[in-house]
Amino acid sequence: MSRADQHGPLVDLGQERPQISARARNRSPIVPRASIAGRALVAVVAIMTFLASITTGMVLLVSASAAEWQSEVASEITVQVRPAAGRDAERDVAATAQAMRTQPGIIEVRPFTKQESAQLLEPWLGTGFSMDDLPVPRVVVGRVQPGTTLDLAVLRNRVTQAAPTATVDDHRAWIERMRSMGGATVLAGIGILALVILATIISVSFATRGAMAANRPIVEVLHFVGAGDRYIANRFLRHFLRLGLEGGLIGGGVAMLAFGFSESIAGWFSGTPVGDQFAALLGTFSLRPSGYLTLAAQAVLIGAITAWASRRTLFATLNDID
Amino acid sequence: MVRFENVGLRYGLGPEILRDLSFQIPAHSFQFLTGPSGAGKTSLLKLLFLSLRPTRGLVNLFGNDVSLLGKDEVADLRKRIGIVLQDFRLLDHMTTYENVALPFRVIGRDESSYRKEVIDLLKWVGLGERMDALPPILSGGEKQRAAIARAVISRPQLLLADEPTGNVDPTLGRRLLRLFIELNKSGTAVIIATHDITLMDQYEARRLVLHQGRLHIYE
Repeated sequence: MSRADQHGPLVDLGQERPQISARARNRSPIVPRASIAGRALVAVVAIMTFLASITTGMVLLVSASAAEWQSEVASEITVQVRPAAGRDAERDVAATAQAMRTQPGIIEVRPFTKQESAQLLEPWLGTGFSMDDLPVPRVVVGRVQPGTTLDLAVLRNRVTQAAPTATVDDHRAWIERMRSMGGATVLAGIGILALVILATIISVSFATRGAMAANRPIVEVLHFVGAGDRYIANRFLRHFLRLGLEGGLIGGGVAMLAFGFSESIAGWFSGTPVGDQFAALLGTFSLRPSGYLTLAAQAVLIGAITAWASRRTLFATLNDID
Repeated sequence: MVRFENVGLRYGLGPEILRDLSFQIPAHSFQFLTGPSGAGKTSLLKLLFLSLRPTRGLVNLFGNDVSLLGKDEVADLRKRIGIVLQDFRLLDHMTTYENVALPFRVIGRDESSYRKEVIDLLKWVGLGERMDALPPILSGGEKQRAAIARAVISRPQLLLADEPTGNVDPTLGRRLLRLFIELNKSGTAVIIATHDITLMDQYEARRLVLHQGRLHIYE
């Protein structure tokens, strides 16, 4: 209980007792909102969040596409049967297909016909060539049951017994390349995110120092009336948390809208070489719902980082002010 | 309540402006602190308010050796001290009422528990009509009264006032002195730093006189 509670009124006004003014109330915030350079900070945080969200979105798109290609490629196995003198290619292909069907884990086998093999070579050799004039290998494609690991040594044995010129291609080299490309994209994305977050922390620290310098007289008076550093820091922190969340929501919201419209934008370019290239690299350009959730969480995280950076600077600065 | 033993103070590498101060401020006591300009009155008040630390000697406040206090403990001790500075230190974005209510607000008290008391005190110091005014439009005397009201509103155990009647007319000066005396009667130890001989002659109290950095006490 304070001493004010233990004693009677400090002053006795007698007949002078006033009517209590209805307006006299605590209305002003202890730290005025206008004293903090808010707009610039909101803009910085919004731009940083936008860049971070675009980076994260692109990483999510590339890694989703890479995973899709990987599963597509991994779900197939190709056997090439090279033509050899004195051997009947058609019979070798049929024998290879039969050998593949007996392999556990292969659920479908499709030998490519001469016609289909010619179509595969059309981009390089043009139309109108005769497959009989060229020693073109024939292809047999097998579909692997998802989740199964094929015993490649057994398969190789089987197909070479069926046709000595047959070789198994399990696309491992392609998968490795895709895996490393996906990994490199994710690493680059994480690097960019780290830089963006670092730049945000530095900007917020500068803004906080500026705000503290501008409000130094308020801090001194609060010290005079017995306010501790924690109390003072919390008065400033509210502003910075609000500014950080505002910036985070604007930047994150704009980035989400950009991804929301990206499918339509990609549609405008489809059919053009650029559009096709992007479609091959990034798929349909559409983020999954979990991607949007990630972007929203990231916007909140950047708001929280703003508050944390501000709090850290506040306590460091308060130590210098008395 | 306050004990100084061989306290010295210098700013940076300059000369010692307070030398070998040894005195006590008992609880419930009333004293004037006087001396010529530049004698170190404001510096002594800052030592008492923990804004400055002595360069040598012992300062003991409310039973605590101030050299051992952390920032949080200093903040807690300051809640027990009221101070009126010459430059008033009012917050320009807050009304007179809000400035005076600030010590209660900082400790988290509910406004309804102190609103009437703040308004009564503002009326007492002649600011009843200026409760909603912002400090930039108050006169020097009005600012001074608001600063005094803020210092006394929470009935501190120790009140430090630096030239508290310097900007007001003699009648209001007497009224403010009465406020300090009432506060002292209710248990607050009061130290008023002043040049004003007329003010000191109005109330029989202990006098601490600073001269050339040394303190002379007249009981």
